[in-house]
Amino acid sequence: MNTRTSICIFLLSFLSLSAKAELSIQITQGIDNPIPIAVVPFALEGAGVLSEDVAGIVINDLEQVGEFLSLSRSNMLSMPSEEREVFYRDWRILAQDYLLVGKINRASGSQLVQVQYEFFDVNRELKLAGEILTGSVAQLRDIGHAIANVVFEEVTGIPGAFTSQILYVVSEQVQGDEYNFRLEKADYDGARAQALLESREPIMSPSWSPNGQDVAYVSFETDLPRIYIQNIATGQRRQITNYPNINSSPVWSPDATKLAMVLSKDGSPDIYVQDLNTNQLMRVTDHPAIDTEPSWSSDGRSIVFMSDRTGQPQIYQIELGAPSYNVERLTYDCFQCMKARFLPDGVNLVHVRREARQNPNYQIAILNIETLRVITLTNTSLDESPSVAPNGSMIMYATKFNGRGVLDAVSIDGRVKFRLPSSQGDVREPAWSPFLN
Amino acid sequence: MGNQYNQFLKISLLVISVVTLAACSSTSEPEEVIEDNQAASSSSSNSASPSASSGSGQLTQEEIRAQNALRETVFYFDFDVAEFKPADRDTLTYHARDLAANPGKRVRLEGHADERGTREYNLALGERRANGVMNYFIVNGASRSQIEVVSYGEEQPAQNSSSEQAYTQNRRVEVVNR
Repeated sequence: MNTRTSICIFLLSFLSLSAKAELSIQITQGIDNPIPIAVVPFALEGAGVLSEDVAGIVINDLEQVGEFLSLSRSNMLSMPSEEREVFYRDWRILAQDYLLVGKINRASGSQLVQVQYEFFDVNRELKLAGEILTGSVAQLRDIGHAIANVVFEEVTGIPGAFTSQILYVVSEQVQGDEYNFRLEKADYDGARAQALLESREPIMSPSWSPNGQDVAYVSFETDLPRIYIQNIATGQRRQITNYPNINSSPVWSPDATKLAMVLSKDGSPDIYVQDLNTNQLMRVTDHPAIDTEPSWSSDGRSIVFMSDRTGQPQIYQIELGAPSYNVERLTYDCFQCMKARFLPDGVNLVHVRREARQNPNYQIAILNIETLRVITLTNTSLDESPSVAPNGSMIMYATKFNGRGVLDAVSIDGRVKFRLPSSQGDVREPAWSPFLN
Repeated sequence: MGNQYNQFLKISLLVISVVTLAACSSTSEPEEVIEDNQAASSSSSNSASPSASSGSGQLTQEEIRAQNALRETVFYFDFDVAEFKPADRDTLTYHARDLAANPGKRVRLEGHADERGTREYNLALGERRANGVMNYFIVNGASRSQIEVVSYGEEQPAQNSSSEQAYTQNRRVEVVNR
């Protein structure tokens, strides 16, 4: 019932996926006219074998966002590794628009590598970018993602988000209604997963601080839902709230000084904002119905939230400091509209939508609040927790596939989809990081 | 909590103990029964609190009904509905009276939702359901301080699958003795 995905696999060249990835990418839907690009395997100069295929990482990145199609290595007429070895006609014959070449230099016995890459426009016979990146062998994936960022931006004009990361929650059933919960962090493509917290009680609502160094989440480790902040690098954590009843949905303000949250200490769930320096708590909404799922506008002046004050969940917006009754309703044309967040343009609202009572499907959609046009991006039935990539190009969300919780991503125009299948347990609540340095 | 099976066992043991003891006398304090249940075989010498209603040594119909009701600790809800089912009203009334009669007793009401809809909304729905049961307990004589409410939303499904049948089992409030 939940697997009605129309999977239209668009893979002309099969690519090898990283064996290390705990979650590994599958492209489930591509576009009709992807941009042809040749990524030549990077030449290795110096001693030893490398654990990562840097060119392969770049190919994975470019193909899974759907805009690009890479040339199969076996079809290449030459394998240049630097500009003086490039013959444009070799690539024009193969109808390639772009060409990426590079070489990796590793001194014998050293953990340091130098990666040189050069990127060309085949039709204009022009070198568009090139540099030498230095790092340790362990950073080869980062270097590959950084090169993909440059290529993506050169071609599309949009910064690449391939060095970004994701947070998500994994739940594994132990027995009966007993589960094991893990908060994990991974590269955006699921590689290099790392557990930040493990618990026998639920973990919910992971959220990145704006600088990407801390994570806020809800943990039931005391038997009650409470909000915690944890530093990703040190693992150091502190409990932020201990109010009666529900403490949930922590979301950082864009300036990182405040945390929006949901508390039901006064009876029913309402939106609050806590100042992280003074711990001062400000009540934002005050209604006997359920108000939850706060999200900040990008200027930090207002909060979008969900309320069932009319009987079913709809999306509302309130200016901070305004009287609690002064809310603006944003959605009208759905049976339930939930979990909203603005795209960086401040006009398009990503949300979870159930169209009609008779329609049991929960799908990811975008509402333009000026034109009121709605684009439904997904066609599965239990989609939730949409999270937007820092460059605004894709949305990652949780859904079910073969009865298991998985993470999917869809481009904001709905044309491209990819999936990160998990090796075990139910994966959910993806949170896409801001740009990380 | 994941241990309501244990809770169920514990409650079952309690009830069995009560029945056993009540054959010679009865008690209004189930907590004491576990320590005292040897007494059932060794005569009624230390049964200090005989209840007026069962002086005959037989359980009344009403007491049997009460015991059966207290054995029921999981209450199921309809989709998108926060109120408990009318059919559970009598059973919940017995729970409330039991709390009223035993001021030292504490329960935790754990609210749950099925997986449809968003997680945060389901967390709130689970609380709304548990609050509904709590309010009913209070109206029927329990004290607010005896009751703790916690919602798990959709995080701890009784059945981890996506079917109507699982959803029916997952929309629930569990009464857990503390």
